[in-house]
Amino acid sequence: MEALFATVTGFLAASGLYLALRGRTFPVVVGLTLLSYAVNLFLFSTGGLTTNGAAVIRDGVDYYADPLPQALVLTAIVIGFAMTAFSVILAMRVRGDLGSDQVNDQRGEESKEDKS
Amino acid sequence: MHHLIILPILLPLLSGLLMLVKRDSAVLPRRAIALVSTALLLAVSAMLVVQSDSGDITYYALGDWQPPFGIVLVLDRLSALMVCLTSFLALGSVAYACAGDDRKGSNFHGLFQLQLMGINGAFLTGDIFNLFVFFEVLLIASYSLLMHGGGKERTQAGFHYVALNLAGSAMFLIALGVLYGTTGTLNMADMSQKVAALDPDRLGLLKAGAFLLLVVFGLKAAILPLYFWLPRAYSSAPAPVAALFAIMTKVGIYAILRVYTLIFGDSAGELANFVQPWLWWFALATLALGGLGVLSARDLRNQVAYLLLISVGTLLVGVSMNREAPIAALLYYMIHTTLVSGGLFLLSDAIGEQRGKAGARIVPGRGVTQPALLGLFYFVGAATIIGLPPFSGAIGKALLLDSALPSEQPWLWSLLLLSSLAGLVAMARSGSTVFWKAGRGDNDGPRLKTAMLAGLILLLGASPILSILAGPITRFTDASATQLLDQSAYSEAILSPNVTGGDS
Repeated sequence: MEALFATVTGFLAASGLYLALRGRTFPVVVGLTLLSYAVNLFLFSTGGLTTNGAAVIRDGVDYYADPLPQALVLTAIVIGFAMTAFSVILAMRVRGDLGSDQVNDQRGEESKEDKS
Repeated sequence: MHHLIILPILLPLLSGLLMLVKRDSAVLPRRAIALVSTALLLAVSAMLVVQSDSGDITYYALGDWQPPFGIVLVLDRLSALMVCLTSFLALGSVAYACAGDDRKGSNFHGLFQLQLMGINGAFLTGDIFNLFVFFEVLLIASYSLLMHGGGKERTQAGFHYVALNLAGSAMFLIALGVLYGTTGTLNMADMSQKVAALDPDRLGLLKAGAFLLLVVFGLKAAILPLYFWLPRAYSSAPAPVAALFAIMTKVGIYAILRVYTLIFGDSAGELANFVQPWLWWFALATLALGGLGVLSARDLRNQVAYLLLISVGTLLVGVSMNREAPIAALLYYMIHTTLVSGGLFLLSDAIGEQRGKAGARIVPGRGVTQPALLGLFYFVGAATIIGLPPFSGAIGKALLLDSALPSEQPWLWSLLLLSSLAGLVAMARSGSTVFWKAGRGDNDGPRLKTAMLAGLILLLGASPILSILAGPITRFTDASATQLLDQSAYSEAILSPNVTGGDS
């Protein structure tokens, strides 16, 4: 299970990184989203991978999963989700304001130089 | 008085929420709430400084969950100093914003207070995951503040800033996952003890996590390969926001200082002080490139952004020397440089407003309406940030230069002095272009409003006061540095059960 988990996480992170380095805003947003999924999976695995482990201490149970990464990953998911929503809106605004979805569009800068 | 520690987080949170109740209400009550809340924050943080000066490290256990299991807020001299610095800077920016910048978009003051909450939280927390959460709080507020008022340039700079910081947050989480996976704790004091007694097989993994954390903090602090977002983002932000952002790079520097002296400090066994030699070269390179950037800037605000970069380099050099004297020197320098660069951002905006079309660009154009007043501010600001006596910059730089060992002197002295020279040349050139090569000012043009004047006096006027009070302040920073490097006292104050710190 470890090998599969690690491969999936690594593949997600690599795809996310590749997309985040693209030149248009939409792939960048998708890339950052994939990266945050990979991070969530990774964070989830930091307590060690266990199946059928109890998260809360009870009598008669001696096989436990680490509950803390589950709490951490919840925080990370909430923050990551909010930031994805924000960056989608921002990307649309970039498209509207600059008339292009290129991340490094120089048009805004050129018009500023013209004035000087 | 245990509850005092949490007030710097609760106070801005409450006033920020209060302003969300009616988002488009009249501007005057919002200004009143913002000013009163920030002034109260300053009073509270001054009390915290006094409380921390007893030398005891006190903590506040949230929900009375005792460390290392619960989240704690920790008050020592360094965190009290940083919170006090933040609230002073915020008071100046809020005062300046009340002149009209706050009306250019919606809910300026609410977001500003929430950002203050994030910054204060990052300074006070003793839990490394909580540090991440407060980083996110301050970043989310800063994304919206950066784009306050709108405009093409801001939108594009904003997208770069958001994308970079999202990637940074992802790396922060990976680093935290590695640290938690290897040490099994998130409490910083507890982690520092676990690191010392770590299984040697896991050292490599932990080291990778620690380096990744350095990259994240370096992105926030704007060290050399990671600073390219800064000049653009800061020079396109609205002036009061840019002034508050002057503390954001210091949040990164504070995090480096805290994590790499406490967790990976002298007591960390094999990993003791392993990042400092790396940091030394990157900091020197930042210093050198900041100097070049200052010379090439064509806009006053861009110039101030590069001056900020020089100060980041200077501060990190101090961090990388990792001894009491340089850390004490850098803390004094940090107070000075944060307030004065904040003031200079405000001043550039005020100059730009009075010059009509020429704006803040460094070109001959129409003169300012109030050359004597703005010229005086500019002179004080420039002399201070470059480090001419008798202002506070000279004291800070002299303390830092003096603390270098003979082996460090050739690099530090030459680069710090050369970048100061670059700053001097650039500021002299832009000052003479803006004030002397200018035509007559428009006598009916816009004048400084009282609120703007108050903001400028508060931030730039702090410099002479810092020089006059240099004695008590350096005594405090010396004590802070001593306390910071005494990791065992910190861990003992947080973890030993016989100290009752948390108030339920």
